[in-house]
Amino acid sequence: MFSRRTDLPLDKDPLSRFLPWLIAFMVYLAALAQAGVVGMDALAQRWDTGMAATLTVQIPADPEAGAATNARQLQIAMNLISESSGVLTASVISEDKVLKLLSPWLGLVEAADVPLPILIDVETDPSLDLDARVLQQKLAQRIPGAQVDDHGVWLARLIEMVRTLEALAGGVLLFILLSATGTVMFTTRTGLTVHAEAIEVLHITGAHDRYIAKQFAGRAVALGLKGGLYGISLAIPTLLVLGHMAGRMEAGLLPDIQLPLLGWASLALLPMLSALVAGMTARRTVMRNLRRML
Amino acid sequence: MEPKTPIARFENVGLRYGLGPEVLQDITFSLKPGSFHFLVGPSGAGKSSLLKLMYLAMRPSRGLVHLFGHDIQTASRDQLPALRRSIGVVFQDYRLLDHLSTFDNVALPLRVANVKEQDIKRHVEELLAWVGLKDHMHARPPTLSGGQKQRVSIARAVISRPKLLMADEPTGNVDDRMGFRLMHLFDELNKLGTTIVVATHNEAMVNQLGHPVMRLDNGSLKVTQGTRAASILGSQA
Repeated sequence: MFSRRTDLPLDKDPLSRFLPWLIAFMVYLAALAQAGVVGMDALAQRWDTGMAATLTVQIPADPEAGAATNARQLQIAMNLISESSGVLTASVISEDKVLKLLSPWLGLVEAADVPLPILIDVETDPSLDLDARVLQQKLAQRIPGAQVDDHGVWLARLIEMVRTLEALAGGVLLFILLSATGTVMFTTRTGLTVHAEAIEVLHITGAHDRYIAKQFAGRAVALGLKGGLYGISLAIPTLLVLGHMAGRMEAGLLPDIQLPLLGWASLALLPMLSALVAGMTARRTVMRNLRRML
Repeated sequence: MEPKTPIARFENVGLRYGLGPEVLQDITFSLKPGSFHFLVGPSGAGKSSLLKLMYLAMRPSRGLVHLFGHDIQTASRDQLPALRRSIGVVFQDYRLLDHLSTFDNVALPLRVANVKEQDIKRHVEELLAWVGLKDHMHARPPTLSGGQKQRVSIARAVISRPKLLMADEPTGNVDDRMGFRLMHLFDELNKLGTTIVVATHNEAMVNQLGHPVMRLDNGSLKVTQGTRAASILGSQA
């Protein structure tokens, strides 16, 4: 499709020298946006599957009840949970862990200072689709105030937020693509003006528009690939730094948000994509502009 | 015996640039294959415009232009490259591509026609030897003299063996001796069957060589037979 030899001195265009850097900047931004899309998609999926397979059962604290009553209520709850189909494991969250979870709101307190609810972490089999409302009713009949939280509401909100961010990043990618196309079109049109005399000579010697367009396209592919490689070389260290920072943040709230292998592979395709977009845009621009000539 | 199709036939051709006045008016002539014509006239008479119509750099504003039997007004863009490959043009300012070597400039018409590189090499080297520039094959145009550039320009114009060769003031930038050598070169090509039109100011040369003359004045054409055999099928002032 593209040839290396060129009859037009396209290497000497001043704008051609800047084009790889403009493309590099766009590919850099596109890589960040694409990593954002892929990373957030993986995060939403992990949240969706991870949280959908867990429940938290809460038995309210009753400071007036004795330890024996609390132990009996816990046993009743554990029995009801174990009998429900779809439950894989159920384990009581230790008081220390509950205190740690509450520490952002209550500060450092002792178990004796506050009435702590009993929390039971339940792992379920997502394929069996355990109905949390049925379990809630069963528990409430035997233990007043017992609650089952399947994280559905806040999980739905989180996923919605992630999907919105994904759409936003997709929009940024589209905007970058349009900007890159516009830049290549402008550079190509300038090239057509600068080399108008040489193009006329080519036409007079019997060159088809395709022959001339091929030369512009070949040059644009080379510049697009060069710019793409520059851009991706800058984007990879940036993403590694961001990944490292996210890794430090995630300990409390976020699950692992490392970019999946597919995400890295899609980033590696960006230089080829930028070369392809540049080549096709240049070819189309030349063909359309030459059609206006005799 | 059937008459041969004229190489070029113009009928009541007019040309204007944009909304300006007509620079060519009611141009009518027809050229036999293998003929040799001079195109003369004062500066601004329209010689270059007439040549542009003939080498398909423009379409006429009105009238009929037929080249090699094709109506140029109705020919599609895709048909033009093939027609242009049958035409060679030598420009007054040479129009060589400065970033290409002598070899590559001459090879240009063959490359656009997708000729094999080994054939290109053979043909270009032969032709450069013929015009005396074999030793300058790798030189770039800015390093060549005016006469050498003119010969490169001629070599590029004839490399694909055109049926019609046009030259715009080919002797304008060279001395008289070189001018007559170039005209001798055109005569040789004409003997090989190429139809030739040379636009020139050089009246002495026109008179000496005796070919038919197309005289343009104020955009109108008048044709006079030369002292050699007449080669204009029909003409009209």
